[in-house]
Amino acid sequence: MSADRRGPDEPRSEHRLELDRVGLALDGRQLIAPLSLVIEGGRVAVLMGPSGSGKSSLLAHLCGTLPPQFEAAGRVTLDGADLTDLPPERRRVGILFQDDLLFPHMSVAENLAFGLVSRVRGRAERRAVVERALADADLAGFGGRDPATLSGGQRARVALMRALLAEPAALLLDEPFGKLDAALRDRFRAWVFDHARRRGLPTLLVTHDPDDAREADRPVIQLA
Amino acid sequence: MTISDQIDATPGNTAVPGTPARSARRRRSRLEIVPIVTLILFLGPIAGGLLGTWAPAFGILPVLGGTTPTLDPWRGLLAAPGLGKAVALSVGTGLVATLASFGIALWFCAAWHGTRTFAASRRLLAPLLALPHAAFAIGLAFLMAPSGWVVRALSPWATGWSFPPDLASVNDPWGVALVLGLVVKETPFLMLMMVAALGQTPADKALTIARTLGYGPVMAWIKGVLPLVHAQIRLPVYAVLAFSLSVVDVALILGPTAPPTLAVLVLRWFSDPDLALRYQAAAGACLQLILVAAVVAGWRLAEVVVSRLSRGWLVSGRRGGAGLGARVASAGSMAAILAIAVGSSAGLALWSVASRWRFPDLLPGGWTLETWTRALPALSGPAWTTLTVGLAATGVALALVLGCLENEQRSGSRPSARGLWLLYLPLLVPQIGFLFGTQVLLVAAGLDGGWTALVWSHLLFVLPYVFLTLADPYRALDERYARSAACLGASPARVFLRVKLPLLLRPVLIAAAIGFSVSVAQYLPTQFAGAGRLPTLTTEAVGLAAGADRRLIGVYGFAQAAPPLAGFALAALLPGLIARARRIGRMGGRA
Repeated sequence: MSADRRGPDEPRSEHRLELDRVGLALDGRQLIAPLSLVIEGGRVAVLMGPSGSGKSSLLAHLCGTLPPQFEAAGRVTLDGADLTDLPPERRRVGILFQDDLLFPHMSVAENLAFGLVSRVRGRAERRAVVERALADADLAGFGGRDPATLSGGQRARVALMRALLAEPAALLLDEPFGKLDAALRDRFRAWVFDHARRRGLPTLLVTHDPDDAREADRPVIQLA
Repeated sequence: MTISDQIDATPGNTAVPGTPARSARRRRSRLEIVPIVTLILFLGPIAGGLLGTWAPAFGILPVLGGTTPTLDPWRGLLAAPGLGKAVALSVGTGLVATLASFGIALWFCAAWHGTRTFAASRRLLAPLLALPHAAFAIGLAFLMAPSGWVVRALSPWATGWSFPPDLASVNDPWGVALVLGLVVKETPFLMLMMVAALGQTPADKALTIARTLGYGPVMAWIKGVLPLVHAQIRLPVYAVLAFSLSVVDVALILGPTAPPTLAVLVLRWFSDPDLALRYQAAAGACLQLILVAAVVAGWRLAEVVVSRLSRGWLVSGRRGGAGLGARVASAGSMAAILAIAVGSSAGLALWSVASRWRFPDLLPGGWTLETWTRALPALSGPAWTTLTVGLAATGVALALVLGCLENEQRSGSRPSARGLWLLYLPLLVPQIGFLFGTQVLLVAAGLDGGWTALVWSHLLFVLPYVFLTLADPYRALDERYARSAACLGASPARVFLRVKLPLLLRPVLIAAAIGFSVSVAQYLPTQFAGAGRLPTLTTEAVGLAAGADRRLIGVYGFAQAAPPLAGFALAALLPGLIARARRIGRMGGRA
């Protein structure tokens, strides 16, 4: 089957996310001091800091959804291309939030199909890719369910699969493990990291949980 | 987080702890009367009015001697000349106006959500809601008339006209002017209702998710955000649909005349000197109600069909483009709406102080206050009625709404979808469909033509708007303020007066300003409940609008628009002034 070539597990060419003296200011007040960082494909870098330190705003800047009252400086490149002037939809940067934010007006399978790239055409083929993603998330047979009927861990897995089906070239994680209980958190974290590494995605994790930082790669950057 | 989570998470605020059980129970039982009183005040006239309209439609109107049931009124109605065309006009103009307003509002939200332009447009559009329909329609007629500003701006250099052309640009037989008037007035309303709905859903997050998944801004909004807010904007859209299908004052000023829309035709029969026509008019009023019900049902059906058909498209993976075209076009439409509204209001003001204003001139050749001084003696009576009725209706509505909301919090009951439908009822049932019946009841009770009846009839329409404006801020108020005050030993009444009301001063004032502007704008309820004996600025302005004295029409139109705008200005300024007085007072106390 031709869809096999685009299966979610297939390793991809290495990507590279680079921040060059990226700083943020709000109303003239510096929020994040110029920060330089290179994340190679398949590596998980960590940004730690207390709430209000601007971590989430930095992620919003990276995916292009920073509210207009912020001012950003520096350069962000993904695979060598400057992201600064690109709208969010053309950056190929996927993001995962603490809330899974599955669309309540779509079933689980529809949420995944919403994420799936438009290059995969035809109803049957799209459904096949979605089914494989469901199986990969240990959720075979859950496609027709309303997301509200899933457990927190199940929903988190659907949210990651949805982000990956859009074939991002980099992954941002905005405390996605924060709401899960401890046992689930370890397993889900390992699963997310595993997916990011296998796909060669440069990944930036924002957290204030030291456990998250221990499981990730380097660098671990501490924000004031 | 899904929507259902959000709804479940709505705080069901319970009785405030720390009060003795007995007094709490006594207070609560007294407050519990308020929702019941509200419902009776509110639904009584509508139910009675519908009954009092449907009975004459079948020949029963004892006042005029009708006691035997008959289908003659319907036969008369169906045989009335121009009925078919009037119905077609009503449906056509109402549907086109609603589709256009809804479309422009949606399009603008889809293209601009999350930008600075979006936030700015909200502030620009809000004052348009204060402008009464009739005043705006008169201003628009000035703008569009063959001798209006649009033609003046193009003459004679572009058109070659040195005299006003013989064009039916207002009251055109197709209802284009009517549709334009409705669109300019309803688009800001729908847009602001959408903004309110967006604020209650995780719309920004949904938009971010869809965009990072690769969707262009417009497609991301339509596929990811619209389905979230659609359920909440459904009732406002139906209200706009019902209004556009049955509006009287705007149709009198801008609409076609031979035949007019159904609502205007029915009003003509109701006010005909031949009393026998009342039966046929009542049947026409019932037809208007049926028409609105059918079109709203059709719209609902179309919603279902569209959402079914779009299922596959929703998840087809199509991402859409950068949406630049949509941005330019939707911003252009909004700017045009704003320009028309501003131009209409300015036209009213200028005509009221113009002495000479020759045809192709853009501005009057001379200025005078003579029209105002001439109009003032006749104006003061209607102005006084307008103000007192508006203030009374707003005051009663505020008291009832605050009572209902406070009772809701103390008894821990939750707002229900059914309650919302009841609230929207006076906005969904066409006015012409039940006001005659209400008048019949008022006559029977000896209340017709009185000030009280007028206040009551305005209350029907003021109350829903006050409730809709105040409910969200009231429910969103951090309950810890009230709880900590109660723990300090304050009674529920004291908590309400000293903590909640001051904290909610701004939304309460805005709700009052909206309520007042709704009352000022009422045309048909004033005609029916006032029995023609209590004219207001609105009824006078609409009555004059058909005349030829532009300066006088300008005076009345401007006078009608002024009180609501003043109300909004007060609501915007007062909280700041009060806060400043408090700060100064405190500093004085310390010194």
